[in-house]
Amino acid sequence: MQQLVLAPFTIIGRLVIGVCAIVGALSLFVGRTLFACLTPRWHGGQIARQVVSIGFLSLPVVGLTAVFTGAALALNIYTGGGRFNAEQIVPQIVALGITRELAPVLVALMLSGRVATTIAAEIGAMRATEQIDAMRTLSTDPFRFLVAPRVLAGVATLPLLTGVADILGIGGGWLVSTLSLGFNPEAYARSTVAFLEAWDIQSGLIKAAAFGFIVTAMGAFHGYRATGGARGVGHAATQAMVWSGVLIFATDYLMTSWFTQT
Amino acid sequence: MSAGAPELEWRGVRKILGGRPVLDGLDLSLDAGRSLVIIGGSGQGKSVALKLALGLMRPDAGTVLFKGQSLPGLFNRRQSDLYRQSGVLFQGAALFDSLRVWEVVSFRLLYADNRPPALARDAAIEALAQVQLGPEVADLFPSELSGGMQKRVGLARAIVGAPRILFFDEPTTGLDPVTAASISRLIADQVMRLGCTAVTITHDLVSARTIADDIALLDGGRIAWQGGRADLDMTKDPRVRSMVEASMPTR
Repeated sequence: MQQLVLAPFTIIGRLVIGVCAIVGALSLFVGRTLFACLTPRWHGGQIARQVVSIGFLSLPVVGLTAVFTGAALALNIYTGGGRFNAEQIVPQIVALGITRELAPVLVALMLSGRVATTIAAEIGAMRATEQIDAMRTLSTDPFRFLVAPRVLAGVATLPLLTGVADILGIGGGWLVSTLSLGFNPEAYARSTVAFLEAWDIQSGLIKAAAFGFIVTAMGAFHGYRATGGARGVGHAATQAMVWSGVLIFATDYLMTSWFTQT
Repeated sequence: MSAGAPELEWRGVRKILGGRPVLDGLDLSLDAGRSLVIIGGSGQGKSVALKLALGLMRPDAGTVLFKGQSLPGLFNRRQSDLYRQSGVLFQGAALFDSLRVWEVVSFRLLYADNRPPALARDAAIEALAQVQLGPEVADLFPSELSGGMQKRVGLARAIVGAPRILFFDEPTTGLDPVTAASISRLIADQVMRLGCTAVTITHDLVSARTIADDIALLDGGRIAWQGGRADLDMTKDPRVRSMVEASMPTR
């Protein structure tokens, strides 16, 4: 009977301790990561390798996502705008939606699937096979050699990928609008350029840099904590994707609120 | 360094994992230039003892002393200096699979000592020769090597900086008897050539007889028996006897 009464408190207690433990571990991890990112020594070769892996090799998936999103967005805005005779706003809303919101968020989400899981699996496998221990015994800090290059590459390349997604997303909208919705190509382009402000693009790129940190840091965090062999590595990859996805949406909301207030 | 202090010492070390004391008052010391083999059954805490000595784990009680100084718990400059004097061969070799063999062997020279790649490569090829691997192996990836070759590459990586102390974690596990014997011989030769201190953990008594000057049996979280290599066959300690008899061929 006593156990039954205490059960809810036990569950709540365990939950609170679990949350505190994960928040503490994440805070320490982020602290060590930032220290390794901001102070020498930097492993230039590793950073370059990660820029290629995270940035260049993500271009196809990012490009395709952006083009199709821009095209679908144009169709939806045309349909919605038609309900109050405002079909002509397609170029403006496509440009605004892509640059401020869709390009940074969708690029980050695509990379949480492609990059966060890869990082978690790579580092998790290294943990499982004692490669991280070996690295430490070779006088090399795994945070500087493994984590910092990935995070720096993520923070640097996500804004670049988002810039590409901005262009291709607007291009996708332009393509479908001119080919099937009857817009004049030149007028569409001119409307887009005239409407967009520098801050529309800049705010998206700032978000992208934050998402780049989230995606790579979540991959590294879950990989670094992986235990239990292949099953643990698989779990780490899943967790990295879920956590980075949720944090991307939460951070997007917070940053959008902040940007719209200032 | 404290004068007259052992090269490595576990002093009253206790470590609890999963609610169970894996090490429970481990006292063991090792003088410079000696080769100590820690034997024991599975789950007796051999790997934990090694990880504590390497500073990869922290003891719950007691201390591990390297040349009379306690090991720092986190990665910092002092621990990094300590690592520069040591080499480790891990159980699964723990080779970095995204790097080529020469980069794996010369990892410390390249990334900790900032040695130019050409010099690091030369040092790697020299170390590979010490473990009887030719220069053609240098440009392969670890996944292209057999288990025995991976262990040799791991040994080459451990000896490349001419360390003062070498650690071997189950060096012959997973190898066929012929390859295991050749790895044990290589380890003994390299320890003798470098004149360094060595700590090996294994349950392979054939390997222990080849590598050891001294042997210690870890049982129940503490040292249950300790003696010279020759004492292994003469002791009447039942725990050692059972290990020795189990290692003998049966019909």
